[in-house]
Amino acid sequence: MSTADISISQDGIPLKQKLAKTTALQRRRALLLTMPLVLFLLVSFVVPIGQMLFNSVHNDKVSAVVPNFADAILQWDGVGLPPEETFEIFVKDMIQAKKVREVGRTVGNLATRVNYEMPGSRSLFTSTARKAKKIKEGPYKEALIKLNKKWGNPQIWLTLQRAARDITPAFYVAALDLKYAEDGSIERADELYQIYLNNFMKTLWLSALITFICILLAYPVAYLLSVLPLRQSNLLMIMVLLPFWTSLLVRTTAWIAILQTEGIINDMLVFLGFISDDGRIQMIYNQTGTIIAMVHILLPFMILPLYSVMKTIPPSYMRAALSMGAKPLYAYRKVYFPQTLPGLAAGTLLVFILAIGYYITPALVGGEDGLLISNLIAYHIQKSLNWSLGAALGTILLVVVLLLYWLYNKLIGIDKLRFG
Amino acid sequence: MFKQFKQKQKAYGYLLLAALVITLFTGTVKAAIGFLLVFGVPLYFMNKMPDYATTGERFSRYMFLVISSSILVFLITPVLIIIPLSFNAEPYFTFTEGMLSLDPDAFSTRWYMDIVYNGMAAPQAIEGWWADMWENAQWIRAARNSFFIATVSTVIATVLGTIAALGLSRPEMPYRALITSLLISPMIVPLVITATGMFFFYSQVGLAKTYWGVILAHVTLGVPFVIITVTATLSGFDMSLVRAAQNMGANGWTTFRRVIMPLILPGMISGALFAFITSLDEVVAVLFIADVEQRTIPRQMFSGIREQISPTILSVASILVLMSVILLTVLELLRRRSERLRGMSPG
Repeated sequence: MSTADISISQDGIPLKQKLAKTTALQRRRALLLTMPLVLFLLVSFVVPIGQMLFNSVHNDKVSAVVPNFADAILQWDGVGLPPEETFEIFVKDMIQAKKVREVGRTVGNLATRVNYEMPGSRSLFTSTARKAKKIKEGPYKEALIKLNKKWGNPQIWLTLQRAARDITPAFYVAALDLKYAEDGSIERADELYQIYLNNFMKTLWLSALITFICILLAYPVAYLLSVLPLRQSNLLMIMVLLPFWTSLLVRTTAWIAILQTEGIINDMLVFLGFISDDGRIQMIYNQTGTIIAMVHILLPFMILPLYSVMKTIPPSYMRAALSMGAKPLYAYRKVYFPQTLPGLAAGTLLVFILAIGYYITPALVGGEDGLLISNLIAYHIQKSLNWSLGAALGTILLVVVLLLYWLYNKLIGIDKLRFG
Repeated sequence: MFKQFKQKQKAYGYLLLAALVITLFTGTVKAAIGFLLVFGVPLYFMNKMPDYATTGERFSRYMFLVISSSILVFLITPVLIIIPLSFNAEPYFTFTEGMLSLDPDAFSTRWYMDIVYNGMAAPQAIEGWWADMWENAQWIRAARNSFFIATVSTVIATVLGTIAALGLSRPEMPYRALITSLLISPMIVPLVITATGMFFFYSQVGLAKTYWGVILAHVTLGVPFVIITVTATLSGFDMSLVRAAQNMGANGWTTFRRVIMPLILPGMISGALFAFITSLDEVVAVLFIADVEQRTIPRQMFSGIREQISPTILSVASILVLMSVILLTVLELLRRRSERLRGMSPG
């Protein structure tokens, strides 16, 4: 027997096997500890977001209101007008649908759904639903066109055919400022209807601007905090942490009090004679207000990571560079700045990620032109009730954020995140 | 040495001269006092520089101090300024003439009283005043909702988060990166998206417009903070203590209760505080999921700012600022305790 075979435990199982078994057990135990939370988040967070993703491509208003017709129109080849039987099914379905009062299954829902893709067609459906019961017998095609000659337009039937599919890319088409042309191909929407891409661009641009201002403001403060003696820097740290810990709504309220036309800054400027009483500057309820308030709210997220990195840089490096004859600026650029890059990257990504999804502050102080993409999403979910479009916009935003999050994880690692 | 001393004196001289010019120019002393504060304090610090520093170094150092202190002032002023504003006797959002001249009549606590009176059936009645306030006052109702939701969701988030953090910080944890980023993602995903998804899903399963719906949402949003703080505490944790305990015959639960928990308690508490404040401050999910019945303080403030802006909001805000001061103090004490426990120097 060679010495290599000796590693057998008392019960005769090779030690290696036993070790593998124990390791597997430990791995399972560790995984098991995280399971309650993982399951919880699956139900409370992942499934809801999946639901939103699903809603962005799913809309069954046509097949829910006029189910038989939805089946029939999908059989149609799209040439000319649909056949007589399809018209008959449509009329009968409409008569049936008119009686339904259940929320989400009324003719109004159907009309709204089609109206998204063919603006101005809403009244056609509601009025037809009212009058459809007058059509007692065929030919249904002529009768319907007599009721409203718009039914003779193949375009409305093509639109209905598109809308009859439960799974549809139509809301992404709308969210990307595109539209269906008459032949069913996709083209750019008219200038006047191009809202969302512009807003996405604006959101990205404002977030970049806010991030940049945050870098400019955070860098000197973080540096000051990192070089001061502990006692003093702890004291000054309160000035960073107190706003960080104060309710977002409180800070937004404070900025309204400070920036409004009857507010403190305007009063001060009038008092000092820089502006006249009727020349007060509008600084809030517009983009300026959004930028100022958001910079203030997000600044600590930039200062804290920068500070934690700067604190670890030994001051002797700079001194060494200076004593070797480097000019201060050169030494700073070549020696100090590169060492702060990890903190800078962390702060920049964090602030940018938080900024592009911001909702509350723009909603309260943004006025008209300070609204971001989040506000449009909330508008479609809560006001216009075009849930699918809101979900499509949300999905696009989510993709952008997740890409940035992945980048953050790659570069910095989310487990490096610390507060205070 | 003497030359340096003279240079320092000269800097103060210039500063006073500038203040004088400002006083003459604006005709008020207040602006000059502000100027002296903003520029004088950095000058004081600058003059503590070593004597061999050149004028250029002094100047850049001076500018640096001026800039960074103004940024700090920018950070703290909005938070502090609402406190004096909330004592305004007039229904304005700005300082009145009377307030600036410190006239006692210009100050009042009427907006603080308004927090209590708003929504009460009979604020002047003596009989049944307490019951009336407890049941009907809008802000009191919102505060009760806020604290109830925040407490319940903090407890759930802390328990679930701590257990998960214990697993995550084990060296043999599989798929650590993937699971960590999943557990932290509620903090990264924009609130509007989370709230939209929850609105769709919770409406289907009957959780929308209920307390449990809001609590579920707030647990989700609070969990990342617990994970981050507890794993941070565990990163310096000495695993041989656990082995020692087990060696002495302690079972898993005893080891956790007697060895692990006392050591990670500071991290747990600060995680819980983070989760608590997140819930207390959260408004987007409440806007989407909750009904009038579940109105919280931030929800009430949100509609207050949008619909009928009055200094009552400022007094509520001042109370919240006071709460964050208390919270910050507790966190700082915990941090020191944690470092002491782990044998690190305070700092």
